[in-house]
Order: sequence, then C-alpha cells, then structure tokens
Amino acid sequence: MFSFFRRQPKLSQAERYAQATQFQLTWWRFRRHRVAMVSGVIVALFYLVAVGADFLATTDPHATDARTSYIAPQPIRLFEDDGSFQPYVSGLKGVRDPKTFKLIYTVDPSRHVPIQFFGHGYSYSFLGLDTDVHLFSLKTPERGDGIFILGTDQLGRDVWSRLIVATRVSLTIGLVGVTISLFLGVLLGGVSAFYGGMVDTVIQRVIEVIRSMPTIPLWLGLAAALPNDWSVTQVYFSITVIISLLAWTDLARVVRGKFLALREEEFVMAAELAGASSGRIIFRHMLPSFLSHIIAAVSLALPAMIISETSLSFLGLGLRPPAISWGILLQDAQSIQSLALAPWLLAAAVPVILVILAFNFLGDGLRDAADPYG
Amino acid sequence: MITFIVRRLLLGLFTVWLISMLAFAIIQLPPGDFVDSYIANLAAGGASVSADEANAMRKLYGMGQPIYVQYGKWIVRVVAGDLGESMEWRRPVAEVIGDRIWLTLLLSFAALLVTWGLALPIGIFSAVRQYSVADYIFTLIGFIGIAVPNFLLALIILYAAFRYLGLSVGGLFSAEYALAPWTWDKVKDLSWHLPLPAMILALSGTAQLIRIMRANLLDELRKPYVVTARAKGLSEMRTILKYPVRAALNPFASNIAYLFPYLVSGSIIISIVLGLPTVGPLLVRALIAQDVYLGGAIVLLLGVLTVIGTFISDLVLMWVDPRLRHQMD
Repeated sequence: MFSFFRRQPKLSQAERYAQATQFQLTWWRFRRHRVAMVSGVIVALFYLVAVGADFLATTDPHATDARTSYIAPQPIRLFEDDGSFQPYVSGLKGVRDPKTFKLIYTVDPSRHVPIQFFGHGYSYSFLGLDTDVHLFSLKTPERGDGIFILGTDQLGRDVWSRLIVATRVSLTIGLVGVTISLFLGVLLGGVSAFYGGMVDTVIQRVIEVIRSMPTIPLWLGLAAALPNDWSVTQVYFSITVIISLLAWTDLARVVRGKFLALREEEFVMAAELAGASSGRIIFRHMLPSFLSHIIAAVSLALPAMIISETSLSFLGLGLRPPAISWGILLQDAQSIQSLALAPWLLAAAVPVILVILAFNFLGDGLRDAADPYG
Repeated sequence: MITFIVRRLLLGLFTVWLISMLAFAIIQLPPGDFVDSYIANLAAGGASVSADEANAMRKLYGMGQPIYVQYGKWIVRVVAGDLGESMEWRRPVAEVIGDRIWLTLLLSFAALLVTWGLALPIGIFSAVRQYSVADYIFTLIGFIGIAVPNFLLALIILYAAFRYLGLSVGGLFSAEYALAPWTWDKVKDLSWHLPLPAMILALSGTAQLIRIMRANLLDELRKPYVVTARAKGLSEMRTILKYPVRAALNPFASNIAYLFPYLVSGSIIISIVLGLPTVGPLLVRALIAQDVYLGGAIVLLLGVLTVIGTFISDLVLMWVDPRLRHQMD
C-alpha cells in the first residue's frame, strides 16, 4: 500500500536517453535547433492563415471597383483625434481632375471611418458554415471605402485581402503536389532499391533523364496545352500534376539511397533470420528508420513546389484568374511601369520569400534531427 | 572511358528523343487541326488559302493519319532543318528564333561561369574560416539566394535601380545596337550588359554550391591526412589547395550536369522580367497565343542544346578528374 505512493525514481540523463523512443530522440534534437523551431512556428502560422483566410480578409478579394484603382496603402490609426481608442481609416472622396474632367478618388484625411472587430463583411463559407464575420471591418462604410492596408491594384481590389486568400492556394498547391511526388518517389525509389538489377537501372536512367531536362520550358508547354474553358479547380489540379511529374526524382533518390543503406544493417538481417516477411521488414523495421528522412526531404521539396507554381502563374501559364495565388498577384507587378506607379503590388514577394526561407530552415533542422543516433 | 562516353551519348540521345516527343505533344495538344487554325488566322488577316493549298498543307503535316506517322513526318522535317511555320509571325520558325537561341545559351553559360567562379573560392573560404564573420555573411547571402526565386530578385533589382538610381537595367543591348547587325561594338555593348542578368540567374545555384562545397571541405579538413600534411611542414595554402579541396570537388563537379538545365530553365523567366532578347519572351508569347510550331520548336531546341551542353561538361569533367576516367575502365 505504501509503495503505491512511492514516486517514480528520477531517471538520470543517460537513462532517459536510453529509454526514449526514436520519435522522442528526434524531437529532442530538433528542439535544440532554434532557427528550425522558429521556422516551424512560422510555417504553422502561414497554414493557419490559409485556413482562416476569409476571416482575416477585409474586402471581397474578387470585388472590383474602378473608383478605388491604385489607392496607396492606408495605415490604420488606433486613436481618434480626442485621444480615445477607436481604430479608423481615412475615407475616400471623389475629385474631378481639372484637365481630363475624370472623376478620380483620393484619400480624404478629414473623414474617419471607424473599424469594428468581428463585424460583418462579405459572406463566405468556412468548413461548410456560411458566415460573414471578419476579424475587422468598417462600421459605416460609404461606397468605395475600404481598409486598404496594402493598397489596391489596377481594378481596385484590396491587395491585403487578395494576398491572404492567395496564401491558401499557393500553400495547398505545394501540399497536394508534394503528396503526388511523394507517392511517385517512394513507390519508384522503393521499387528501384528493392528489386535492383534491371528495374533499378531503368528507373535510375529515367531519373537522370528527367533531371537533365530544362523544366520550365516543359512545364510551360504542358501548362499552355490545358484547354481554355477548364474551371479553376481543373486547372489547379492539372498544374499540380504537371509540376509533380518532374519533381518526384529527388524524393525517389532519397528513398532509394536510404533503403539501400538500411538493407545492409544488422537489425534487418536479424529480422530476416527471425523469419519476418519482406512486407513486415519494410514497414515495421525499415520504414520507421527512414521516415524522418522522408519528412525532411518533403519539407525541402515543398518550397520548390511553391516556387514552381509562383513562376508558372507569374508567366501567365499557371493558374488563371479568377484564381488568386501569389504568382498571379506578382503578375500584376511584372512590368516596371506598373511597379513605378504602384510599388505596393510587390507585396506578394514578402510571403513567398518568408515561406521558402522558413521551409528551408525547417527542412535543415529536420534533416539534422532525423538521425538521432548519429 | 570509352564505355563511359558511349553510355553518356546513348543517355543523351534517349533524352533528346523524349524531349522531341514532349515537344510534339505540345504541338498536338491544343484542340483543333493546325491547318484549320492556320487558315482561320490567315483569313482574319484578310488573306485567303485555296482548297488545293489547304490540302497540300494537310498532306505535308500528315493530318488525319495516325499520330506516329505525324510524329515521323514532323521529326524528319525537323532533322532536315525545317522547324515549321510560325502562325503569329507568318515566317519560318527558324527565322523568328534567329539569334535568340544563342543569346539564351550565352546567358546560361555566363551564369554557369559566374556560379563556378563565385562558389568555389567562397566555399573554400567559408570552410577554412568556419564561423568567422565573413562565413556568417556568406551563409546569410546563401540563404537569400535559396529563398528568393530569381525572377523576384530580378524584379526587386529592376525596381530598386529605377527608384533609387533612376536607371533602366533591362535588356542585353543599348537601344542603338538592339537591331543592328553584329559588329565589334555590339559585342562590347553586350559584354557590358551581360553581367547583371548572369549574376541574377547564377545566385541561387551559387548559394547551393557554396553550401555543398563548404560541407564537403569541412569533412575533408577533419581527416588525418590533412594533419599529416601540416606536420610535414607544408604551407597552409598548399595543404588546403593541394589535397582536401581537390577531394571535395567531386560531388561539386557531379552536380554541374544538373546545374546547366537549371540555368537554362531560369533564363526563360528572368528574360521576361528583364526584357532580354532570348527565347524566353518568345516562348511564353507563342504558348499563350497557341503558336504551336514556334513553341514546340523552342522547347525542342532548348532541350537538345541543354543535353549537348551537359554532354560537353561531362567530357570536360572527365578530362579534369582522373578518378572519373579510371573508375569507368
């Protein structure tokens, strides 16, 4: 009875290390890699934004308004003139251009449009739920008013809202693409290493051939052949498939290399001698050992996918409007003329660079942590 | 060694064949019959094609026959040097492409030289002076090179040069030479414009190679033979350059076969941003306008020239690295 209350003996560092599972060891080692930890948090935040994109957007990203064309970024001011806390943005006013007599809209600093939290805006559906609640929106907007944190584009669409919604497309295209590449890579890499001989030679040559082709012209050519009347979803999936068809080779090489190295290990031979089937050896004994390497390879393959989609869409041969992705946003910033007029259109470059950097550091950290016994 | 060359050659031919199939697919995939759209295009421009002419064209391109016959007819004509007709420009494809293909290769090759020229010394320096301030700076630049896609870098530089220096940095020639025939002055003008796009194109490859070179050399430097060499009184410079650097070069060198296609790929997209007269802008326009023969021909030419470039770099490598020669015997 007394023993029931006795505390577990405190384990020494070495004992804890000896008892830890491989997952724990990997995690401990990963945690020591500060930059990778921070990058992991950044990546997680980006995916959170992707999930709650519509909630964070302030204006309908598709709504065009000729009057709000090329409005410069508008700051949100937190305090009213009398010092009370009430976030607001400046309203817009129409001015007649003295030369062309065209009505143009400019910022009117004297008119304050208050901002409310959890107010109502354009409606969207979130996880099957129809709602119109947004994190922040304008309380009493007049026509043309909006929260333009990052300004507007030529068609008067809010860059911030478009950027937020684009995050969803750009990040998921990476995920879907990597899933396809991973499937192909693990299958072909595994088959190549498992059977060896002729099969291995053929697969290795195919990989070499694919790697020695210039990818962008091929992607462009295939993407251009997609029919014009396809829906946004169809184009989205076709582009993903086109990108992953040429991108699986690196994963296949990682899988094959690891597989071959592990096949020579003593514990595999022990399992073989104990009479385990080859399926059991692969999935129970070998897979856990190189799973972490695959995860690391995936997190390094994701940014490459994101760059590919961004490049294709940037050239006008990837996703097509009305789809919104980082590449499509950057397409507006393609010429020096539009950049000189509206430098804020380059805003989409920031999340692209940030996400790629974060994924690279995360992948590096995972790769280092993947081999906790080393 | 002969086996090695023959194997490379066969692999190269196989790649070329695969690329030709893909190029043909690019020509075939858009819906509709090429001759029909060609005639429609001419009609839109006010010209007309007689039924006889249309039939002759159909026969030439093998329309209505099985796909492999069409492919065969196409490839025979391509090998004979006839790349077809550009629908948009109404001129032979070869004429439309002209110098652009060579400028593309020149740009990619220049970027390759920049990559080698920068990555090698910086990689060695970063490894020898590990954790020094300069090493950290190079590591940082390396990460920027990996994280910023080269077209974004081109955009940012373009904007910064315009905004803060009032310069327009695009193009490969000054305005007065753009359409002029080749002269020494034009070449001089080109050599003045080439470094910036070549460096932009080279940055991400350089960043990766620096990391590889640094990691490899660090591994080598820890080996006992380096201590032996030092103990025998070799100068530091000689100790490092004579053995560890040469040993570390091996994976560095084998990556180059994949670097060239990567650079050719990248040149397409930065050419569009910087307005360079390479095949990049031509290819994108052709693909958007469904000018199939022009698009297909550019994809084919780029692919084939890349394979040739890679093959040549393999031969050079074999000449440079005796281990590769002996390994194959």
